[in-house]
Amino acid sequence: MIEVTKLIHNYLRHDKKFPHVWCPGCGIGIMLGALIRAIDHRGYQKDEIVLVSGIGCTGRLPVYVDFNTLHTTHGRALTFATGIKLAKPRLKVIVVMGDGDAVAIGGNHFIHAARRNIDLTAIILNNSVYGMTGGQYSPTTPYGMKTATSVYSNVEHSFSISELAVTAGAVFVGRGTVYHAKLLESLMEKAFQKVGFSVVETISHCHTQFGRMNRMGGAVEMMQWQRDHAVTVEKAAQMTEEELKDKFKIGVLIDRNLPPYQDEYDKIRRWSKGVERK
Amino acid sequence: MKKKALKELLLQGNEAVVEGALRAGCRFFAGYPITPATEISEQLSVRLPQVDGTFIQMEDEIASLGAVIGASLAGVKSMTATSGPGFSLMQENLGFAIIAEVPCVIVNAMRGGPSTGLPTSPAQSDVMQARWGTHGDHPIIVLCPSTVRECFDLTIKAFNYSEKYRIPVILLIDEVVAHMREKITIADDETIDIVNRVKPTVPPEWYIPFEDTPRGVPPMADFGEGYRYHVTGLTHDVRGFPTSRPDEVDAFIRRLFRKVSQNFADFQIGEHYHIDDAEVAIIAYGCVARSARRAVADCRDKGIKAGMLKLNTIWPFMRTDVEKVLRQAKVVIVPEMNMGQISREVKRVNKGSAKIFTINRVDGTIITPQEIMGRIKEVF
Amino acid sequence: MAFRYDIRLSGSGGQGIILMGIILAEAIGIYDGRYVAQTQSYGPEARGGSSKAEVVVSDRQIDYPKALQLDLLVAMNQKSCDDYYMDLKPDGILIVDSTLVRQVPVSRAYRIPFTRIAREELNREMVANIVGLGAIARLTPIVSAKAIESAVLGRVPKGTEKLNRDALQAGMKAAQKMKKIKFPEMTSELVDEDT
Repeated sequence: MIEVTKLIHNYLRHDKKFPHVWCPGCGIGIMLGALIRAIDHRGYQKDEIVLVSGIGCTGRLPVYVDFNTLHTTHGRALTFATGIKLAKPRLKVIVVMGDGDAVAIGGNHFIHAARRNIDLTAIILNNSVYGMTGGQYSPTTPYGMKTATSVYSNVEHSFSISELAVTAGAVFVGRGTVYHAKLLESLMEKAFQKVGFSVVETISHCHTQFGRMNRMGGAVEMMQWQRDHAVTVEKAAQMTEEELKDKFKIGVLIDRNLPPYQDEYDKIRRWSKGVERK
Repeated sequence: MKKKALKELLLQGNEAVVEGALRAGCRFFAGYPITPATEISEQLSVRLPQVDGTFIQMEDEIASLGAVIGASLAGVKSMTATSGPGFSLMQENLGFAIIAEVPCVIVNAMRGGPSTGLPTSPAQSDVMQARWGTHGDHPIIVLCPSTVRECFDLTIKAFNYSEKYRIPVILLIDEVVAHMREKITIADDETIDIVNRVKPTVPPEWYIPFEDTPRGVPPMADFGEGYRYHVTGLTHDVRGFPTSRPDEVDAFIRRLFRKVSQNFADFQIGEHYHIDDAEVAIIAYGCVARSARRAVADCRDKGIKAGMLKLNTIWPFMRTDVEKVLRQAKVVIVPEMNMGQISREVKRVNKGSAKIFTINRVDGTIITPQEIMGRIKEVF
Repeated sequence: MAFRYDIRLSGSGGQGIILMGIILAEAIGIYDGRYVAQTQSYGPEARGGSSKAEVVVSDRQIDYPKALQLDLLVAMNQKSCDDYYMDLKPDGILIVDSTLVRQVPVSRAYRIPFTRIAREELNREMVANIVGLGAIARLTPIVSAKAIESAVLGRVPKGTEKLNRDALQAGMKAAQKMKKIKFPEMTSELVDEDT
């Protein structure tokens, strides 16, 4: 308890902008807790951290924490973060986004930031729905689910944020859930330690919108659903495709080393000044 | 001979923008290829790394301006360059730069529109888009060169205004000026005023990032310098936190306007050419101002008292200078390569004393001196 | 009225028309020290299509930057010759690449096979534009041979200096053989049109 109080005092803008906008039982708070513990554990200075977000429930996260914080336009957080990182590489830039933010309106920026291997950590809270605007379907809403704009049924197919990130070139991709908060924290820590574009997808729930419309219960029931449908990468390796049909993998999906953009660009700077290429 | 060649350069308008930007201290460029602005990207991709700056080609123009704003927040003077279609995409983040008061420079080399329009032909049809393209009430500063030299000078001015007033500044160049080559002299020892943003001097715990000041411009801390503050595209209070309290919202929006309006005189860049005794006055800008100058000279040869007011500042509209011309001239002609954008402003400020005529050309070619002469003969 | 000399160089995309304009403007502006304004128009094609570069020369700051009535027209293909010869002043000079321009609508024209010279004498068709610049330096009063050589060498890629110098010389030599055209005495000033 004392530890938690210390973290709250140290990292939250507790005297300024509370209470927050999130619904009671929302997973974003759990993700924020994991994020702060991971940052604290790594021992970063608050001054060297820039927390960037887009629009939506998750986009509101930075305002509550005592870092350099930037709340950008919808879907564009990674572009702003790219500019910050390249202009001042010593800063630790962390980007938090929702699923609609990261892979609908910001999908193009997402794959290109991964492809360039910009040294950022992208933390994406995936609750399968646009929560703030009232529960409309997003690119991660599963087929057949009901939302405010798919009251008959969602006839679009969802895609997987983590697999997309792997394909696009991210050096580290981890997936956790807000139920598995400790795993989430450790994935974030691993992501922070990587040099290059790292992604932590956080499976969360929106009981207020998505849960209500699909009769999935409250926050507790939806977190139980996460518990029952998540399979660790290690365990999944032992399972058949049939057994994995309605499951999703959690853990480290990829961990590889590639030179980050800023190192590549340093080469350009040297070559531009006439330094011989090796 | 060689020494002379070093100082005198035959430069394109776009190349002069590059020279101006580097002189002004620009060290970050993010852009997306588009005609007729690509020369700016191409040259900066060569020049910026040489001075430890950064060039990056982004996935689109939305991303380009996003990266520019990010770099500026980290303390680096930044710019992008585009043309109409890309400028349309930038409107979203242009609004962000305005509300978050992030200095940056956006070059729009104007080509014919709407949409893809005429990629390689000139137009002046983004005048109103530059003013009102992004949603919401906002002030903006827009400059417009008509010579290669002015491309250099106004790019520096654009950075200076941007830093001084914490506002994005748009440089509207038409395709003619962007691609035109002229001789310009850039002496190495040339004394050029460079303005840098005012940074906070108070300790971080005293820093109020969006507080009102007599100038209306709060000091700006760079990210990573110990002043941990919040920047948002939401309407915010003086501490930078979102607010919807009417008193705070009102004070904030009015300050955004006031920082430009109370310094109105600082933005008046124009040229008076034979205007003092002019009975027929031409109000022109960009490449068309060159045709107008020629028409004025030809008129004067024929004994017609013609003159020109050239607008280098497009927004805020040079009302004081224009009103003077409207009071004095019998006839005012506004030639533009659009269906009438600046002429609307001229008509707006006219209190009925002058007759205003327009010349509108939208075929992707420059208005000629003969056309202006012809119009003068028609109406004067 | 201020001295003003309007030049248009024209042909198809890929012939190096715009580079020709830049070099000519640089020669006159930087090396001969006059005021110049160089503009261009082109289509979306990098090869083919039509291409046009204009250079306006004056002894003072130039207002209207595009060519009005032409003192010099260089046509590197038939279409540009057909399109623009009517813009020539009565005493304006027309120079055509006779390799590609078969039909010359006016009698007072210099016909020099730039492309053939480039191909046969220099083994590189792409230097036809530089051959053309050599001819311009000889046939017109607007640029000095020394200036054009400095400008060419300042703009061409490293390692091609000799080729380009040879091309320039070939153009000058070809022009030297031309019989100078005599123009009737007349004013070239723009006058009000009588209709």
